[in-house]
Amino acid sequence: MSSEKTKINIPSYLDNHGKRKGLMAWITSTDHKRIAILYLCSISFFFILGVLLGELMRAELNRLGQQLISAQTYNAVFTVHGIIMIFLVVIPGLSAVFGNFFLPILIGAKDVAFPKLNLLSWYLYVLGACIAFYSLAAGGKPPDTGWSFYAPYSTQSGSNVISAVTAAFILGFSSILTGLNFIVTVHRMRAPGMTWFRMPLFPWAIYSTAWIQVLATPIIGITLLMLIAERLFSIGFFNPALGGDPILYQHLFWIYSHPAVYVMILPAMGVITEIIPTFCQRRIFGYKAIALSSLAIAFVGYFVWGHHMFTSGMSNTAQWFFSFLTFVVAVPSAIKVFNWVATMYKGSIDLKPPFLYSVAFIFLFMIGGLTGLILGSIATDMQVHDTAFVVAHFHYIIFGGMGFAFFAAIHYWYPKMFGHMYNFKVANIALGLIFIGFNLLYFPQFIIGIQGMPRRYFDYLPQFQWGHQLSTIGGILLGIGIFIMIFNLFKGRKGPIAPANPWNGNTLEWQISSPPPEENFEEVPEIKSSPYNYD
Amino acid sequence: MNSVEEHNSNVTARFGMWIFLFTEIFLFGGLFIVYAVMRSKHDAEFHAAAAHLNVVVGAFNTIILLISSSTVAMSITAVQKQDKKMATRLLLVTILCAFLFLINKYFEWSLKFHHGIYPGSDVMLELNRGYVLFFSLYYFMTGLHALHIIIGLTILIIVYLKINNGQVNHKNYVLLENGALYWHLVDLIWIFLFPLLYLIT
Repeated sequence: MSSEKTKINIPSYLDNHGKRKGLMAWITSTDHKRIAILYLCSISFFFILGVLLGELMRAELNRLGQQLISAQTYNAVFTVHGIIMIFLVVIPGLSAVFGNFFLPILIGAKDVAFPKLNLLSWYLYVLGACIAFYSLAAGGKPPDTGWSFYAPYSTQSGSNVISAVTAAFILGFSSILTGLNFIVTVHRMRAPGMTWFRMPLFPWAIYSTAWIQVLATPIIGITLLMLIAERLFSIGFFNPALGGDPILYQHLFWIYSHPAVYVMILPAMGVITEIIPTFCQRRIFGYKAIALSSLAIAFVGYFVWGHHMFTSGMSNTAQWFFSFLTFVVAVPSAIKVFNWVATMYKGSIDLKPPFLYSVAFIFLFMIGGLTGLILGSIATDMQVHDTAFVVAHFHYIIFGGMGFAFFAAIHYWYPKMFGHMYNFKVANIALGLIFIGFNLLYFPQFIIGIQGMPRRYFDYLPQFQWGHQLSTIGGILLGIGIFIMIFNLFKGRKGPIAPANPWNGNTLEWQISSPPPEENFEEVPEIKSSPYNYD
Repeated sequence: MNSVEEHNSNVTARFGMWIFLFTEIFLFGGLFIVYAVMRSKHDAEFHAAAAHLNVVVGAFNTIILLISSSTVAMSITAVQKQDKKMATRLLLVTILCAFLFLINKYFEWSLKFHHGIYPGSDVMLELNRGYVLFFSLYYFMTGLHALHIIIGLTILIIVYLKINNGQVNHKNYVLLENGALYWHLVDLIWIFLFPLLYLIT
């Protein structure tokens, strides 16, 4: 790169290259960066929809008795909120958006291994999303089973279960193909000199995630197909009245859906692991421990599904086994937290928005993780199972963890993706509102959960009202904060031009112009050292 | 593309196919779990119901698939040896075997239908639950497998046409290899389905 002038003249992936113009040029492009932006737009749309449904629930629960919606509608609202947030937002979220955009760049590749398959994955995502939308709207009977579709209720409910399940199946297929693509990309496309242990840690996280996507998703695929067959032909695989076994459904469901939690959180950890060394200008502490703990989480996370079912009926041996492994899987997560904090120690910390979002992530993730151990212990789980405590716990992990990491990632990589910079001050104000609102929304639910407030309930006893009202206030603050953040990022497209390396980062994406050129690198980079050499 | 790059992209494509085969194994793996649980719950009924399946037809189909798997493997060797004629002939045998399998399956299923044994039928509703679950699993597993046969068949027909017009040749035959890999998987799954459904009586 000789001078500033040549940098500006490099046509970026945002400029049109082929014959097609406008929208067509986007939805037919196999460029991993454009596909990432497609995912970003579609996922943001569904995220906002999911947030609105969540706010509707908060409005209903603000006071005793029926406020806005009927009990049946409430069941549908939390079901659709769950389906949208889980299948359309958090599972694809980080890996489809930032994995797509930055995995090839971080390993020095021009694209993923199978660019056409990558575009197909996005089309499958859109198809799944359309069917999910259909199930929500068709005939005024949105699904009311909860996102877990537990049998036997899901085999009998008169709502649009089949279309919702079909949507989940197709989205699963999209997820499998993305995972397959990333595994092969990491194995085959690394730049010369980039050995496994010279690979940045976000690709490590995406790689581990991809294995879970490939090996766990087929199980939910076949389970959902059986559920559809059961509804169509009254077979009874999972219906005890017809000789089937509902616990078997729960096992099959969680064999996928627990690892799916790691599909959500592993890339989040990867993002944080990229941000912290950059803003501390310090080599990441315990590189190998972080890399291998991703694989360890992916592996052990496969064998803990039973902790969702301690109260469903399971032998003591199985309970003991799943509880023990749940504690084991907490170890690699804790290793990462220790390493992030140790990286900050004696670093020259720069309190820019991406770093602040990351610190908020660590704080919330710790609360979510530690309350997870309460649920992983059999004795305490008996008390708090199916209460608001569980709701608070998984929102701390999924929203406080994956959601905040997503926000951190977009603030970190925004200048690289769009070539412009957002307003820091507004970003910080938004973070403050989101952080306070989030804690106000979910922390009271830990307390009323321990006191016995059940989850999924449309109404409650008067003694829980204070908690619900605090939650609603938190929900409002959180909503305002999210709105300000999105507005700020949207406005940032026209903000000041961002330099190629605004944060003084050391990984490969900061060595190319912003936004990246169509083929990422003018010449294939040669990797000679670790990605975090700051000192 | 030079030969090194081409070799690399072939390895990449094959790698992708292997990963995809893992997902297929897990897909059927989930079904095998359900089969195992149902079998342990309704052992006697599963035994008795399995006796209603025709072992001869099942065995015949197994042999057909084994032959088809070997001919598709031989077809790869023929392509490597630049023997286009032999390659297409061998692949044609595989394709014919696949059709033969489906025809057999059709008659097998329609005979069951004729006896009123199909999901949701009046006869099924009268039967003991263990029988119903066995036949439901039978239809579900063989149906899903037949769907895979149809997908594999489609891939092999495309490859056949591409060998004919020279797009698949001794320098670039990764499509044939991947099609064959998929076909072997379909065969392999049947080798598990056959004893589980037909032989344990």
